[in-house]
Amino acid sequence: MSRISATFEKLAQERRKALIPFFTAGDPSLHQCVPTMQAMVAGGADLIELGIPFSDPMADGPTIQRASERALKQGVSLGDVLDAVSRFRQGDAVTPVVLMGYANPIERMGRETFAERCAEAGVDGVLVVDYPPDEARALSALLSPRNVDSIFLLSPTSTDERIKEIADMASGYIYYVSLRGVTGASNIDVTDVARQIARIKAVARVPVGVGFGIRDDVTARALSAVADAIVVGSRIVEEIEASSEAQAPAAVGALIKRFRQAMDADR
Amino acid sequence: MKIYDMPDRQGHFGPYGGTFVSETLIAAIDELKRQYLRFRDDPEFQEEFAYELKHYVGRPSPIYHARRLSESLGGAQIYLKREDLNHTGAHKINNTVGQAMLARRMGKRRVIAETGAGQHGVASATVAARYGMECVVYMGSEDVRRQAQNVYRMKLLGARVVPVESGSKTLKDALNEAMRDWVTNVQDTFYIIGTVAGPHPYPMMVRDFNAVVGRECLAQMPEMAGRQPDVVLACVGGGSNAMGIFHSYIPYETVRLMGVEAGGEGVASGHHAASLVAGTPGVLHGNRTYLLQDANGQIIETHSISAGLDYPGVGPEHAWLKDTGRAEYVAITDEEALNAFHTLCRMEGIIPALESSHALAQAMKMAPSMNRDQILLVNLSGRGDKDMATVAERSGIGF
Repeated sequence: MSRISATFEKLAQERRKALIPFFTAGDPSLHQCVPTMQAMVAGGADLIELGIPFSDPMADGPTIQRASERALKQGVSLGDVLDAVSRFRQGDAVTPVVLMGYANPIERMGRETFAERCAEAGVDGVLVVDYPPDEARALSALLSPRNVDSIFLLSPTSTDERIKEIADMASGYIYYVSLRGVTGASNIDVTDVARQIARIKAVARVPVGVGFGIRDDVTARALSAVADAIVVGSRIVEEIEASSEAQAPAAVGALIKRFRQAMDADR
Repeated sequence: MKIYDMPDRQGHFGPYGGTFVSETLIAAIDELKRQYLRFRDDPEFQEEFAYELKHYVGRPSPIYHARRLSESLGGAQIYLKREDLNHTGAHKINNTVGQAMLARRMGKRRVIAETGAGQHGVASATVAARYGMECVVYMGSEDVRRQAQNVYRMKLLGARVVPVESGSKTLKDALNEAMRDWVTNVQDTFYIIGTVAGPHPYPMMVRDFNAVVGRECLAQMPEMAGRQPDVVLACVGGGSNAMGIFHSYIPYETVRLMGVEAGGEGVASGHHAASLVAGTPGVLHGNRTYLLQDANGQIIETHSISAGLDYPGVGPEHAWLKDTGRAEYVAITDEEALNAFHTLCRMEGIIPALESSHALAQAMKMAPSMNRDQILLVNLSGRGDKDMATVAERSGIGF
């Protein structure tokens, strides 16, 4: 069983929902990447989404774009991100790591090399934001024999046909984008999200997480009643932005803890 | 004559093109594709488009035989397709009229656009005013500075210009920002992309709306010169004016097609925007194409004296035409383009856009070694009024 499936299975037994923090690898520095991941786990994260920095992150808002810019200023490459996962794996064999990024750095490395290096580093899942299903299928064909899951996004505008197409391809979990817009935007309608997630769960074989715009523990708590996982991204990146480099892991860890407590409060 | 029917149904030109966008945009792209394919074959739409091009844009644009220039070079005859004489001063209006007509039929009240030199922004603001739609134009803050006059023109036309501070603060960043706006406001907003790049159906649609340029040339050249040209030249940033004039000529295999990219300070210097000449294939802004990127797949900053060519990617159809050898692509430096700019001003009384001056410079390079009965047709895609400040600054003159 993959690390992602094992994690969701264990959570289901405990009747808890997954807390999935996101941050961009290399922000605030490559040196703090693994300590930040470890602080997240200590704070109660169940799975980590690690962003691959890209110069033109079209689907992200200004907060995550700035994180990318900070990482790129230090020359952080996809190879560095994979190396960071390897180092994290040496001390943590349990927590799944999903890489999230754009097609171009992956294509530049070469899909086959990328898939191989993901397997070697201990990456558990990959989400390529700007791959259409055909291209994603080609990458999945390289990832799945290596036990690396293909994670997909679904959005409020996804049609039934599209939901079915993606539900058939997805492994690990499906990431439902809770609002129209880019990462970090606000105004989530919890009732609407609940309805949409029910629609997806009717056809999906894997757990469904929700993210984009979850900024506080109250929203996280409300949404964890309807989804299998809560993804928090821009809010964490803001915390990193507001901290000194040395303090970033601790600050992020404390933030995760607040989300964790809120999500577990109703158990 | 071979039938040319690119792209395929998924928007591929061979390995290039496609739809590389986030799931959040897929529904909007699918709707756009459906609607465009419907209206493309609708006689009423085509009739209205032809009417607008004639009475609002001022088409057909003439072809002008640059006799004094040709004479001074002592070789091939240079002909200019005068897109600079269109309403708003460039070919860009052909496409914005078409897309605005489509937006209206799709019930969208708000249009957004990205712009580099400001020509596409002006053309978008113009049609938005013409059709009574709200218009927001995203423009890199560096370009806002370089093209202050066009910024003011857009404001006069009622558009809101949003300076983009992220990344390199130029065209590619404006495009990123416009995409974000579109994702967020997709219900009531139509995104007017200004070049033959972006996700399918944009490369095809923008080409189709600009293809009137080449169609006119096919009819005009035999009247003017008794035959078709030996070479058709056009500058290439994203590549919309080039696809516009190339498209009808693709099946005419004896006509050489030549795209001219921005060589900046020279391709060897690394300060340029010549994606086809010096780039490698990759994925950016919704399509697979040639890009200027580093070893890690990050997009690198480009340089050109002309803001309209300052873009690290290029339309996917050009990538395909390059690989198949149907079109050739070369680079012209800032200096060479400036020299062509001044030459045309002095010799023909025409002030060309710095973008178009790149195509002209390549023609001036080739003409002397060709015969006097040979013909170079240059797409003079825009007028140079917007470039006064840039050219004056280069000559050490302030206003």
